[in-house]
Amino acid sequence: MNFDLSDEQRLLKDSVSRLMADKYGFEDRRRYMGMEGGLNPAIWAEFADLGLLALPFAEADGGIGGGAEETMIVMEALGRALALDPFLHSVVIPACLLRHLGSDAERAEIVPMIAAGEMRPAFAHGEAGAGYRTGHVETRAKVSGDAFTLDGAKTLVVHGGSATHFMVSARLSGAAGDENGIGLFIVDATSPGVIRRDYPTQDGARAAEVTFEGAAGRRIGKGEAFPALAAAADEAVAALCAEAVGAMEAALQLTVDYLKTRKQFGRAIGDFQVLQHRAAEMVIELEQARSMAIYATMMARSDDADARARAVSAAKLQISRSAKMMGQAAVQLHGGVGMTIEYAIGHYFKRLTMIEKAFGDTDFHLDRLSAAGGLMA
Amino acid sequence: MELEFTAEEQAFRHEVRGFIKANLPERIRTKLTEGRTLEKQDLVEWTRILHKKGWATPRWPVEHGGTGWSPIQQYIFLEEVLSAPAPESLAFGTSMVGPVIYTFGSEAQKKRFLPGIADLSDWWAQGFSEPGAGSDLAAVSTRAVREGEHWIINGQKTWTTLGQHADWIFCLCRTDPAAKKQEGISFILVDMKTPGVSVRPIQTIDGGFEVNEVFFDDVKVPYENLVGQENKGWDYAKFLLSNERTGIARIGTSKAKLRRVRELAALAGPDGTRMIDRSRFRDRLIETEIALKALEITQLRVLSEDAKGLNKGKPNPASSVLKVRGSELQQVTSELLLDVVGQYALPFRAKGDGRNEPPVGPDWADAVAPHYFNMRKVTIYGGSSEIQKNIIAKAILGL
Repeated sequence: MNFDLSDEQRLLKDSVSRLMADKYGFEDRRRYMGMEGGLNPAIWAEFADLGLLALPFAEADGGIGGGAEETMIVMEALGRALALDPFLHSVVIPACLLRHLGSDAERAEIVPMIAAGEMRPAFAHGEAGAGYRTGHVETRAKVSGDAFTLDGAKTLVVHGGSATHFMVSARLSGAAGDENGIGLFIVDATSPGVIRRDYPTQDGARAAEVTFEGAAGRRIGKGEAFPALAAAADEAVAALCAEAVGAMEAALQLTVDYLKTRKQFGRAIGDFQVLQHRAAEMVIELEQARSMAIYATMMARSDDADARARAVSAAKLQISRSAKMMGQAAVQLHGGVGMTIEYAIGHYFKRLTMIEKAFGDTDFHLDRLSAAGGLMA
Repeated sequence: MELEFTAEEQAFRHEVRGFIKANLPERIRTKLTEGRTLEKQDLVEWTRILHKKGWATPRWPVEHGGTGWSPIQQYIFLEEVLSAPAPESLAFGTSMVGPVIYTFGSEAQKKRFLPGIADLSDWWAQGFSEPGAGSDLAAVSTRAVREGEHWIINGQKTWTTLGQHADWIFCLCRTDPAAKKQEGISFILVDMKTPGVSVRPIQTIDGGFEVNEVFFDDVKVPYENLVGQENKGWDYAKFLLSNERTGIARIGTSKAKLRRVRELAALAGPDGTRMIDRSRFRDRLIETEIALKALEITQLRVLSEDAKGLNKGKPNPASSVLKVRGSELQQVTSELLLDVVGQYALPFRAKGDGRNEPPVGPDWADAVAPHYFNMRKVTIYGGSSEIQKNIIAKAILGL
């Protein structure tokens, strides 16, 4: 048992934290939101320079060989800064999909492009009819000669508007809810037949509704995509848990600073016990969340898909509960100023709220864990 | 990072588990599983079994009969004891007065008292709380006045857990009423057989007799029963209260309780239905399992910090997090059991009433509601949740 970071991990943590401290203040973030596509391309280039875009890929494929712990370290730092950039959707998830599904040759070709920042694929998997069910894919893939053409509509594709490519799940056979018969495809975002409608999201980022109308797609690997998609969803939840911990930590810090400086009735409001106790409850929630984020991280790449799913669902439930409590309390303890869009705390609240709804909400994960016989089973 | 225990640690867990399984009397295990009260004799018997094995006071320094285990082994041992479930050692002796004596006491005190604490030939009680000093413990007013080679003690202690069995009691007494309240307190050991000591039981809402009032009426105690220095008792009390942090969350106890909830919920009730088939119940059970898992990892994180030895002897404010959430979970598991038993929580059966009529409802049912009532104590004792939140606000957040 050991909760310490290795020397390399500490180095990674320091370098990401330093980058975020230097380049990702709250005002910087506001500026980046106004840029084309809602992102500052210079930040993505910095990520590439630091090796973050190569982090979760195997060394043999041109990556750095980072595991779930390295992803956790980066996601926590991004969460603390409320980063807008799609590290999860365009790096962590593609890495997981390629690891499970891609051939050596495919990885050797694609990984260096992602690592260099030349290719930024968006994860185009969710569909309006799917809810949170990973296996529900209606988008169709038809064979035409050596290639495939895709037809269907993908929803809530994070930063899909500015992506260079899409990683698309599409059905080769079977009915919408079948786990079997799904393939994974890579589609150039500028290909004919790709239609995207880009829009801002509540948490300051952007997403797109993406429609494929006979768009040309290249298949990744030959195998069934469902196990890879399920693994990616679990790995994504673990990563989101880490992001949430970073955001909660920052929200608590902002709140405590505010309690110490804001004066009413002639003294700092942090002198009032009723506010102290609410802040103390935030500490408890944060520590519980941090513990479960670590648990999810340690299980995120387990080959035992059932144990992995149980751990990840349990973690998501804890994180969602903590995030809701902390987000709401942080706004409340800030009083009126917590309601203003100029102030950072509300933005933490909004991001934490959206994390609960991503990759399975509370009811979804409760159902999944319940069906699996609980956590202690 | 690594969540798993090492192979050596797992082997150690295996050894402890095997020993408990082979040596814990079934009668005692059943009582604990069903949430029933142990007799004095039960705890004495189990303590002697551990003592013979050399495991009665594992956390003590080796020269005083400790095992020299690492903090992680200590934790594993306690987890196995709690989840067996086997009785915990009498904390007032092994983790309270014992450590105070071997840390601050005289050689004569060590020689006289430590062996009796270890094998439970001396049953110790804690004389801290008073009617006017609960959360505000430093307000104790039980007075000890020096007269030659003796102390004369007058006053009253309360909430004295298992004081009805006690041979000895360690007391916080006011020895300098003129000093600041924390600076006029001394730590004095009192033989319960001394004339002027009387014990009155307090019945609790579950119908049990666990706590007592202890009265001191011109009780004459040898001067050398003072531990450490006069008027330094508050320091020793703080030391004592922060000494225990591996067990404060009671993870093992809650684990054993949740196992029992799952077991009982899988049985068909008198109406033929099973609680485990009800999704709302299952949701509550799962939420509790998650909170417990989170707390277990939080506990392990605190433990691995402690294992580095950086915070030795210093109170770790994280133990307040463990106390608040751990005690809440003990309460929640008792609520889940109450849900499982349902309406057959109702019949009250006085302890030892000698009746041999069959029980009303399932034979395990009568202990469930009293256990639920009794568990309300855990967020009150040992520093209430509100006091713990004060500590978190001050020590962790700097408010």
